[in-house]
Amino acid sequence: MPDTDDILLSMKDLCIEGRTDEEWLDIVKGVDLELRKGEVLGLIGESGAGKSTIGLAAMGFARDGCRISGGEITFDGIDMRKAGEATKRRLRGRRIAYVAQSAAASFNPAHKLIDQYSEGPVKHGVMSRDEAESDATDLYRRMQLPDPDSIGFRFPHQVSGGQLQRAMTAMAMACRPDLIIFDEPTTALDVTTQIEVLAAIRDIVEQFDTAALYITHDLAVVAQMADRIKVLLKGEEVEESDTRSMLANPTQDYTKSLWAVRTHARLEQPPVGEGRPVLSIRNVTAGYGSVDVLKDVSFDIHPRRTVAVVGESGSGKSTTARVITGLLPPRRGEVLFNGEALPPDFRRRSRDQLRQAQMIYQMADTALNPKLKIRELVGRPAQMYLGLRGKALEERIRELLSLIEMDPDDYIDRLPSELSGGQKQRIGIARALAAEPQFIICDEVTSALDQLVAEGILKLLDRLQGEFDLAFMFITHDLATVKAIADEVVVMKDGVVVEKGPKSEMFQPPHDPYTELLLSSVPEMDPDWLTGLLKARATAADG
Amino acid sequence: MSHIVNMILKRIALGILTLFVVSLIIFLATELLPGNFAQEILGQSATPETVAALRRQLGLDQPMHVRYAIWLTDVLRGDFGESLANGMAVSELIGRRLGNTLYLALYAAAIAVPLSLALGILAALLRNSFFDRFANASALTSISFPEFFVAYILIFLLAGAGGAFPSMANFRGDPSFGEFLYRAFLPALTLTLVVTAHMMRMTRAAIINLLASPYIEMAHLKGMNPMRVIVKHALPNALAPIINVIALNLAYLITGVVVVEVVFVYPGLGQLMVDSVAARDMPVVQGVALVFAAAYVFLNLAADVLATLSNPRLVHGR
Repeated sequence: MPDTDDILLSMKDLCIEGRTDEEWLDIVKGVDLELRKGEVLGLIGESGAGKSTIGLAAMGFARDGCRISGGEITFDGIDMRKAGEATKRRLRGRRIAYVAQSAAASFNPAHKLIDQYSEGPVKHGVMSRDEAESDATDLYRRMQLPDPDSIGFRFPHQVSGGQLQRAMTAMAMACRPDLIIFDEPTTALDVTTQIEVLAAIRDIVEQFDTAALYITHDLAVVAQMADRIKVLLKGEEVEESDTRSMLANPTQDYTKSLWAVRTHARLEQPPVGEGRPVLSIRNVTAGYGSVDVLKDVSFDIHPRRTVAVVGESGSGKSTTARVITGLLPPRRGEVLFNGEALPPDFRRRSRDQLRQAQMIYQMADTALNPKLKIRELVGRPAQMYLGLRGKALEERIRELLSLIEMDPDDYIDRLPSELSGGQKQRIGIARALAAEPQFIICDEVTSALDQLVAEGILKLLDRLQGEFDLAFMFITHDLATVKAIADEVVVMKDGVVVEKGPKSEMFQPPHDPYTELLLSSVPEMDPDWLTGLLKARATAADG
Repeated sequence: MSHIVNMILKRIALGILTLFVVSLIIFLATELLPGNFAQEILGQSATPETVAALRRQLGLDQPMHVRYAIWLTDVLRGDFGESLANGMAVSELIGRRLGNTLYLALYAAAIAVPLSLALGILAALLRNSFFDRFANASALTSISFPEFFVAYILIFLLAGAGGAFPSMANFRGDPSFGEFLYRAFLPALTLTLVVTAHMMRMTRAAIINLLASPYIEMAHLKGMNPMRVIVKHALPNALAPIINVIALNLAYLITGVVVVEVVFVYPGLGQLMVDSVAARDMPVVQGVALVFAAAYVFLNLAADVLATLSNPRLVHGR
């Protein structure tokens, strides 16, 4: 065990405040943290736990509207709270580097990757421009990027998300820093891409013996990456211990509840034999411009059943939803509703046909008009489709709010901005229910939410399905969600249905090779999972 | 690259179409002006016969569409016709004045564009500081006063008793370059004060708009200094709106400076236009208006092309 002289970063009683309107609120409330040289500490918690804020504070940085209000931050003997801007600038990028959540947004769109790579080492006087360029190529190769010699000369928009994330890790490594802050580096990636990035990050951190703060909300991911884990809740530490003992026996209730989230699963409804499906997609081919995004897609959705449509970004899941709702008329094929063909273009559908199929969106934030009160948001469809007025409408809105477990007296006159993410998503659900549909498309409705909140939404949808005989089409890229909610599963890849069937079959071998890849890529809460998986895949590739 | 060339060709074709429509509007508008040139020349005492004879001689008795067709085909051959007032070729009249106008516009732009970019960048860097507020307030003040007022204030301050610069910019013949810079200094300064505010504020706003972007935070976290973050990381992404505002202001410098020209007795296109309207000298009015329209079309085209070139996502495909 290394002694205390090895301590690289320490925080004592760190307090950070954030400004809302005229008030300063506590975001981080007295957190202690110690990180030794070459060690990886996982910071885990839900949104609002203060993880990113703590990560940035390690660099002596506070976002606009935030301020470090108390405590000590010491990096290698330097007091980061007292250090001047110039001192901090010399440390940033050179001795402490940062890897952001979205590489696509954090690379400057105006400059080539290699220019952005070289900027740090050249400006910090670590290397000449030529040295930086050849070093970049070397790191790109170690990060297993394709065409390491030429990829640096591309602009960010010319490189895929997973590659950008690796290029950003390489950029953080440019000055060979002592510490890297990884702020949710794989959250925006598909599972199969995530694996590559995780493996690359772990390799390079080990090769250079770099210390890291690894920030994430995903336990299974942090289990692969960290030596120790610290659990945070609302700006306070819940507990901390080394990864294996934390996974084996968490002591605090909150940690246990985080561990338990993934266990919710509903009983699979038996497959429907001969009954008529609510919705039937038949041989649909559709696309934009001259490109076919969907190729000969067919599947059925039966009453009171949930069909999960699974696939990575670009697989055609959302395009399928656009075809069903009539936003994108297909080139070939048709959509049947209760056995009757729907007009391809929504403008030609009757009001009743429109009413029967509703949608709930991924980003409740952008799907709710910020200027309308809950009363109007939920009341509008009831008024428009069902002709409710006055007192009847008021009662219906209150009933809907009670259904989604929100107190009508408290919420009916609020604006969306006054609600939490989970509450906004509940309003999205109430709005869909207000039309009294038979069929609802849920487009990644839980992927922007924390696990515990997402759990609540899934349970609510489950209950509503039973009460109102609803059929759900559940679009998701998250197999844990599929396990939790689906009766049947449709796996899509590149616009083609590669496998479909009841959930129990889908999670039992034999699988289609792509389904197998998807399933095996979902991180598990076993610290040896990634190592084992990479070994198994390497063996398979050799053999 | 080919789609850029395609876009430019498309825009040029559209520009030519615009010019054609503008020529039609100009022609119709001059037709609608009250007054009769032959009557104007011959005076109140002329008999109807002599007026009719002069109209026939000038071709004014032809129907409108015939005259438009003749005018347009002549213009396409580079012949803008002859001034009704003094018989000089319109192209020669315009040519001389256009040179003067362009010189003055370039003079003003050479001061105003770098100045407003620099002020805008500094204001963004030192946002909400005293400098920022002061620069904004003075820019807004200078744009809020009418141009002639700014001009007279400058004359009072810089050309009055003991002032160093001439209040009249009317030079004859070919002045030397130094002489031109000296004589045209006050009009150029007036125009600078009028256009700087707009460009400076857009530069500041376009940059500040980007400062919350993750890539700006990233630049800070790489330890770059604030000036470099603004100039190297924010500015390249803010170019499109800035270029468009610069183009609009350059167009204004060419076409909108009549008042300033009158105050300083500067022999530019604007004065020629005003004089010709007063004299009902339609060929000249039409010619000048067409030149103004062409300047607008060209500058907007140039702005679109430059703004496109400033965006790597449009220049380099996936």
